Amino acid sequence: MSAQRHRLADGGLIDRSRPYSFTFNSRALHGYAGDTLASALLANGVSVVGRSFKYHRRRGVFGAGSEEPNALVQLETGARTEPNMRATQVELYDRLTAASQNCWPSVEFDVNALTDVFSRFLPAGFYYKTFMWPRSWWMRYEQYIRDAGGMGISPRTPDPDHYAHRHAHCDVLVAGGGPAGLSAALAAARAGARVILATEDFAWGGSLLAERAAIDSRPALEWVRDTVAELAAHPDVTLLLRSSVFGYFDHNLIAIAQAVHPHSAHAPRQRLWKVRARQAVLATGAIERPLVFADNDLPGVMLASAARAYLNRYAVKPGERAAVFTNNDSAYATALDLHRAGVAVSAVMDPRAQVTGELPARARAAGIEVLAAHAVVRATGGRRVTGVQVAAMENGAIRGQPRELACDLLCVSGGWSPAVHLFSQSKGRLRYDERIAAFVPDVSVQAERSAGAARGSFALADCLAEGAQAGSAAAEAAGLRRAAVSVPGTTRISEAPLLPLWDIESGATRTAKRFVDLQNDVTARDIALAAREGYYSVEHLKRYTALGMGTDQGKTSNINGLAILAALIDAQIPEVGTTTFRPPYTPVTLGAIAGSEVGAHFDPVRETPMHEWHAQAGARFMNAGLWRRPMFYARPGESDLDATSREALAVRRGVGIVDVSTLGKIDVQGRDAALFLERVYVNRWRNLAMGKVRYGLMLREDGMIFDDGTTTRLGEQHFFMTTSTATAERAMSTLEYWLQVHWPELDVRLTSVTDQWAAVALAGPESRAVLSALTSADVSNAALPYMGYCEASVRGIPARIFRISFSGELAYEINVPADYGLALWDALLEAGRPCGITPYGTEAMTVLRIEKGHFTGMEMDGRTTPGDVGLGGLVAADKDCIGKRSLDRPALRAPVRRQLVGLVPNDRSTIIPRGAQLVTDPQRALPNPIIGHVTSTCHSPSLGHPIALALLERGRERYGETLFAMSPLTNSAVGVEATHHVFYDPKGERLRV
Amino acid sequence: MMLLPCPYCGPRDVTEFTYGGDDGTVRPGDPQAVSDARWVSYVYIRDNPRGPHDELWQHSAGCRRWIRVRRDTLTHQVLSSAPAAQPVQP
Ligand SMILES: [Zn+2]
Repeated sequence: MSAQRHRLADGGLIDRSRPYSFTFNSRALHGYAGDTLASALLANGVSVVGRSFKYHRRRGVFGAGSEEPNALVQLETGARTEPNMRATQVELYDRLTAASQNCWPSVEFDVNALTDVFSRFLPAGFYYKTFMWPRSWWMRYEQYIRDAGGMGISPRTPDPDHYAHRHAHCDVLVAGGGPAGLSAALAAARAGARVILATEDFAWGGSLLAERAAIDSRPALEWVRDTVAELAAHPDVTLLLRSSVFGYFDHNLIAIAQAVHPHSAHAPRQRLWKVRARQAVLATGAIERPLVFADNDLPGVMLASAARAYLNRYAVKPGERAAVFTNNDSAYATALDLHRAGVAVSAVMDPRAQVTGELPARARAAGIEVLAAHAVVRATGGRRVTGVQVAAMENGAIRGQPRELACDLLCVSGGWSPAVHLFSQSKGRLRYDERIAAFVPDVSVQAERSAGAARGSFALADCLAEGAQAGSAAAEAAGLRRAAVSVPGTTRISEAPLLPLWDIESGATRTAKRFVDLQNDVTARDIALAAREGYYSVEHLKRYTALGMGTDQGKTSNINGLAILAALIDAQIPEVGTTTFRPPYTPVTLGAIAGSEVGAHFDPVRETPMHEWHAQAGARFMNAGLWRRPMFYARPGESDLDATSREALAVRRGVGIVDVSTLGKIDVQGRDAALFLERVYVNRWRNLAMGKVRYGLMLREDGMIFDDGTTTRLGEQHFFMTTSTATAERAMSTLEYWLQVHWPELDVRLTSVTDQWAAVALAGPESRAVLSALTSADVSNAALPYMGYCEASVRGIPARIFRISFSGELAYEINVPADYGLALWDALLEAGRPCGITPYGTEAMTVLRIEKGHFTGMEMDGRTTPGDVGLGGLVAADKDCIGKRSLDRPALRAPVRRQLVGLVPNDRSTIIPRGAQLVTDPQRALPNPIIGHVTSTCHSPSLGHPIALALLERGRERYGETLFAMSPLTNSAVGVEATHHVFYDPKGERLRV
Repeated sequence: MMLLPCPYCGPRDVTEFTYGGDDGTVRPGDPQAVSDARWVSYVYIRDNPRGPHDELWQHSAGCRRWIRVRRDTLTHQVLSSAPAAQPVQP
């Protein structure tokens, strides 16, 4: 076992019986179970962990939890690699592999570190200024900037792991596993509440893990252990470790990202919880603020609370000789713990003129030098801090010459900011608390309450008491009984108030880099520049300087940045305010967000009962909404166009079948069913005879065509409606809207039966012969004429037979209960074999309908009226219907409206480009007036040349005119002749034979 | 993600619902009898209030009923919900 030279001989919460080996930047290192990657790196004496975002400066571990701005690593390699992982939150495991980010060729020698030398050319907003000119060069700059500035690398191969989503409900959700959170969960559980308690840490205790506190006269961690044991014994309590409560959404929906541990091939890697909580307790603690002085980013400069965590929790000495710089009492506990662990403490620098608290008194008693009215103006050193320059302060300003103090660790504390992120996400309003120089929760909007450090109460006694009260009150608000609250005993330590201190600048350090945002390399000078240029709003400042825009979302930089801005523009901090806190609190992987909805599970797939047959017949499928529909069944050697033309010709000359099960089908029943149809369709329905089919056109209230289809009268009060495949769901919902909202007095029931019926169109001159072979029913033209209907047995299957035709040929549409769909299909194929029956797909169907001039969704694009498509006469004059009144509006009657026409290319051979625009003169200078557009286009095998449908201004007056179909996509202009839109059998004689 | 109280099913995630526009647009009883301006107002003109707003939702992945919800557009607070049926207009 190689030396972990900074590991203390004993103590800590690591498991020394479980040593792990791991590699960092290809170096073999060792740690223990219970370490984070950060604590293990520090134990091994690794002080430079990465390079900074913009200036490529060396950076070390700065924090000990999710606030970490510096120590971001690339974890693992290959498909499982994960960028921007906070080393302070990565739980060490055996054979872990990690590497530094944003450096090349190595973290020790990084060529881009030259940007630090030339940094005066890279001021705040330099992206906006420098690279706007010349504009054409941006593309060249961009690649360089993206490579030089940046974070880790995303995996390039599919994620081999899987992820899960979990929806949960609870009475009380507690965010935070520290003293306040545990106390709240315990009180709520004792009141009988269903509780979910979550912490982002892999151990319970929060700040207690890093401290040496006592509760009920015992070590605090014994209280933690007992509390967790009691909670675990409650059947209605869910305890979630490694679970970041990252989002607080509307109506108390709270999102948690849980890392599943230990990870195995069978377990999901991460689980996303969506919890609907009746009440929430936010016990998310507080984040220590750095202090802003020259070169405060050197490795070895660390938050005082982090140094304390490394000492007490991980048994790691983060340095051999420490200095402490603090404006409040809390960092004296770090000084005392360092001293106790044998680390020499050079001095504590404190800007306060009088240092009177109990902890400073203990430090003095331990022989630690306390320099009141002093500040650190600069950290010195190269690869890590080797000393600090210390100067006296007077009335908040630096006075006199600095002197040098040697140290290899500088612990800083600028006070504490409550972690109000979740509270703010819940839309709660903040208040600035002068006492702690930070924002605290003020007015709640949702069903939540904050407790402990999260609401600015930092003393352990307050955390325990507020937690218990919040847990009890939350349970009661969730409808449970009021339970007696017991609060364990602690000793209160008297604290002196802090002295707010934001930007520490001496004359000599005015031009030095004093970092505010370590992750995004934003300095106090950048903020000053932005303020000089008029960026007074904190939201503008953020976007101009990138302050707080890193993956840490400014956890350590937010308050310092806005306080510096406030001083510069002579405003009060509350006036400046904070930027908006948005989810996620900590980064969440896309895998967790996607969950299992990936690949084939991304969307549901709808398949017709005949799907397997289509697949085996070699159909090429297309997506039609969620449906898979066969486009064509190409034979070996056939092109797509060959197959389509063969299938279409088979229908014209012999017989074909197509699966139309995807059409929307709605069963309409009730005393007022006919009246209902009169109101939703433009045409008449009350006079439709039993057993007859009628075409219907439906409008939107603005007069535009919504959908069309056929509806059949099955009984006096019973109709069967069909809709387009694409419109089926919207049509059902719209009909329900009219019935429920506007016409509740009508006695009508609607039932979607799309999935209950399989449907096959049997089309072509030979279709009657095929059908006759399978049924004893009379399907002759006399017994079952065009637009007729009958019920019959087809090869023993109960069937509904509709004499309708989309292809323009003699045709029958046969519906059978869905489970019989394949049997019907097989029977038709078998009966049709002597006449060469041909299955056809949507492409041939489209060719057939364009030849017949039938419009579909391509033409019904929400801008076409019945008159536009030549169906103005269908609108019944003597009744109202949805949208009819709009047809009287002048714009909808204007003669220049685009009307449905056919197009034929002048040369009878060039395919008319899809989506082409119609003009009269292709040579005309731009803008060339456009008078129409191509909606549907194909090659017509029956006519032997290309055809198209188009919407054309005054189209019906232009038959015979020559126009040009211009397509910028193909850069072509095809000469076309406008014609009537029905190309094939315009009298409809073939339908009625 | 909002929680909408369906008067038939109880509180449900908003993902089960489809938004159906403003409630309170009254369809003229005899559309032919009203002016173009009145009709256009009914078809197109909507307020965009900051605050309480009456709206229609369909519990499309639930009971399929259309409901009217009074909701604050600023806070997303749901003030009431009821079946959507409107009285017949004269
Ligand atoms: Zn419902």
